[in-house]
Amino acid sequence: MSHLTEAQLVLFHYGEAADPAAIEAHLEGCSRCAASHHDLQQLFAALDRLEVPQRSGQYGAEVWRRLRPQLVRRAELARDGWLRVRTWAWASAVAALVVAAFLAGRFWRSSEPTLAGPIAPQVRARILLVAVGDHLERSQMVLFELVNAKAGDPIDISSEQKWSEKLLPENRLYRLSAARAGAAGVASVLDELERTLLEIVHSPAQLSAAELERIRQRIEARGILFKIRVIGSHMQQKSPAPLAGLT
Amino acid sequence: MGGSDAAAVAETLAGDEEAFAGLVERHSRNLFRLAYRMTGNEHDAEEVVQETFLRAYRRLDQFKAQASVGTWLYSIAINCARDLLQQQKKHQEHRELESPERPSALEREAAGEPLPDRLALSAELSRQVALALRRLTSKERAALVLRHFEGLSIEEIGRTLGLRPSATKNSIFRAVRKLRRVLGPLAPLARTTP
Repeated sequence: MSHLTEAQLVLFHYGEAADPAAIEAHLEGCSRCAASHHDLQQLFAALDRLEVPQRSGQYGAEVWRRLRPQLVRRAELARDGWLRVRTWAWASAVAALVVAAFLAGRFWRSSEPTLAGPIAPQVRARILLVAVGDHLERSQMVLFELVNAKAGDPIDISSEQKWSEKLLPENRLYRLSAARAGAAGVASVLDELERTLLEIVHSPAQLSAAELERIRQRIEARGILFKIRVIGSHMQQKSPAPLAGLT
Repeated sequence: MGGSDAAAVAETLAGDEEAFAGLVERHSRNLFRLAYRMTGNEHDAEEVVQETFLRAYRRLDQFKAQASVGTWLYSIAINCARDLLQQQKKHQEHRELESPERPSALEREAAGEPLPDRLALSAELSRQVALALRRLTSKERAALVLRHFEGLSIEEIGRTLGLRPSATKNSIFRAVRKLRRVLGPLAPLARTTP
């Protein structure tokens, strides 16, 4: 038998070698392969030193407490549909104004000295964090609604399209201001969100079940809902730190 | 456990949302452990656990009764963690990677310098393992974590990751080769630290 390969030794270690008895016999008589085997065992022992933070027996209940409101919200959305989202229309307009103010402060600061009480950069960043967080939440609800749309053929997504259309200009503003603030991670998620919203806007208003499934799959493949939640969660953690911390 | 999991799935699908709580309570700790080994970060691991249950809830009607709920949740969690790792890699968020100019306590010990406190050394070894794991691709990492830490067979890993057995093996081999390069000089210390 020629010398054992690393692959053979790895499979042997994990009990998946094709002929473990032959490998064992070889190791007994070959010091070179025995040394390689020993090195691998040391590596695997080192891997076992990876410490995992402990979670108490109550952890599952804690996860459920955090999870439940999101499941309930989905159920409410399914029941109330767009009535709920419509009440947020005013928030959209306010948020756009906030970003416009942010951008104005950022771009004009150096050329036009303010007379009194300029907004501190940290305060502007905080305002933007809140505004982007709100935008992400509204976008998340649109995507949730689409992903959880009840089966039917055809499926009317005209409401989702209307809301996606309203979210798009805001999204561009936020993406621009996040990029300007050096928050590449946020800008990238907003960029992906923008593509998703565009896709919804440009789809037919009446979708077949297969067409909806394809959109769903693309939303899931991009992991956009997950990314929105991660960014939103980072924002809550970082707030009121400057936005640049979210790069 | 398997029976009560299946019952919880059926009850949730029948409209009893609270039944889903049972699944969350039974599987959260295992999923956290898996997610932490995949992400190497407590906060990210928490996110993965939560997203796993959200995706599971949404796709509950796609769950095949012949599989175990635990295995199904594992495959969702692995996909969530891989999404997260790929996203982070895309934006080069490996901020915590140690600067190569600064020798770590383990490297100093390996070089024969005076020993720091043994517990600190042990913690550092854990940190070095975590950093080494972050150098793997998400597929390599998933395959290795499932094989080494979770004890899944090559066949089971292949099913979870959607890979053929040969591709699964290759992912594990590549992972081991990379880890050997990074951790090789430090590995002997694993048996001398507490």
